[in-house]
Amino acid sequence: MSNRRPYVRSMDGWWKRDAYFIRYMAREVTAVFVAAYAIVLLFGLVRLAQGEAAFNGWLQYLKTPWMLVFHLIVLGTFVYHTWSWFNIMPKTMPIMFVGGKRVQPGTITGSGIAAAVVACLAVLLIVKGMHP
Amino acid sequence: MADAEKIIEIEVLRYRPEQDKEPVLQTYKVPFTDDMSVLQGLQYIKDYLDGTVSFRWSCRMAICGSCGMMIEGKPKLSCKTFLREYYPQGLRVEALAHLPIERDLVVDAADFVAKLERIKPYIIPKEARTLEQGEYLQTPQQRDMYEQFSSCINCMLCYAACPQYGLNPKFTGPGVLALLHRYNADSRDGGQDERMKLGYADEGFWGCTAVGYCSEVCPKGVDPANAINQNKMNSAINYFTRFVTPGRADK
Amino acid sequence: MKRSNEPIFWSLFGAGGMLAALIGPALVFITGIAVPLGLIYAPDTMSYNNMLAFAQNWAGKLVMFGVVALFLWHAAHRIAILLHDFGVHAVAAVKLFSYGGAFLGTVIAGYALLAVGF
Repeated sequence: MSNRRPYVRSMDGWWKRDAYFIRYMAREVTAVFVAAYAIVLLFGLVRLAQGEAAFNGWLQYLKTPWMLVFHLIVLGTFVYHTWSWFNIMPKTMPIMFVGGKRVQPGTITGSGIAAAVVACLAVLLIVKGMHP
Repeated sequence: MADAEKIIEIEVLRYRPEQDKEPVLQTYKVPFTDDMSVLQGLQYIKDYLDGTVSFRWSCRMAICGSCGMMIEGKPKLSCKTFLREYYPQGLRVEALAHLPIERDLVVDAADFVAKLERIKPYIIPKEARTLEQGEYLQTPQQRDMYEQFSSCINCMLCYAACPQYGLNPKFTGPGVLALLHRYNADSRDGGQDERMKLGYADEGFWGCTAVGYCSEVCPKGVDPANAINQNKMNSAINYFTRFVTPGRADK
Repeated sequence: MKRSNEPIFWSLFGAGGMLAALIGPALVFITGIAVPLGLIYAPDTMSYNNMLAFAQNWAGKLVMFGVVALFLWHAAHRIAILLHDFGVHAVAAVKLFSYGGAFLGTVIAGYALLAVGF
């Protein structure tokens, strides 16, 4: 007769067990804010299709203190998203070689963040250029 | 120089299936010197304090992969972790997380071993060569494509670091998928199609959510998260192109 | 083992995540903070006429559709995982909620962009 009785431990609250898991969950939770922002934009599109009065209502709504605070929080989570996206990138990309040398993780993350800074500046300037 | 003997408290998560309904903590006071590993602390307990404490070990030099356990909540090799790092506050040791506890610090590795066998962790030669044809040649860069992944010692620390394996034990898991990639990425190997069937499944690469902690805890620098996630791109390309590329359907 | 259909959702997740990482902060700053507060940009930057002209242009349509739809699909994938991570294992319900939501949003965005005309 076997006395084996393997004990399986619970996973409840696993993400509180390690700071690494908390950072992971913070990265994943940014998605809720990305969704919320996309829904705000989606409302804008619907309002645009409904005509001038409807769209102006949406524009006014963006100026309410609640929406400004909301967008400040969203901005913070988007910046965290950008950082965490490129921070995990060295793990998600195939091994690359430049001039026979392996590209280092720090180089991949750094290039990604640099690309994001350039892209963001480009968007800011293009929009400014369209409506000076 | 002989230091005055120091005493450290080691809390061990005990589980004796014949008497414990669930795991319980037991504390031991262990005299130690600065050169003693956590494994040596456990050996002291077994030899002098309590012969019933069970744990696995073999080589004492981070190559056999037997002595992995949770040390203060982190998956570590106990032979490679020193008691002095936890003095004077003491330390708690538990069986590797996410794996069933067989007894005390010993986990049930059957699931891991079964998965390991399934991915065929050996080179399946691309072409049959006779002795006269000589060895299979490989450039340093071809070797670099898999070398780090070949350092795996099957210690299962990455499984204890992987919440996705803990949440769903059907997930093939970091170590085995890293070894799958190790053989697939070898220029001498021709077994990709067989192995990728396992990789393309929900239980394969797609069970990973890129937490990344597996790579952090690996004592051998294998980086399983990279092995898995670089295959997501390949798998996605294969998924979309399998109908237009001849001979790739159902692979 | 059965081949997963995850590549479909993962590709949309990846595309949306990359787009959000590259230009997300700038978009949020413009539409949510700078323009509503009248900072930096002209007061009429997001006026009805300007946005209508942008949405009636093919390239403008593509940008608006791409941002809204890909952000939604990116978020849906992570929210599905998040629910699983928090221990919600009703797989079908989780997928219906997350991917169903993203699909609905995509259809609405497409419809609105067609409705504004060309």
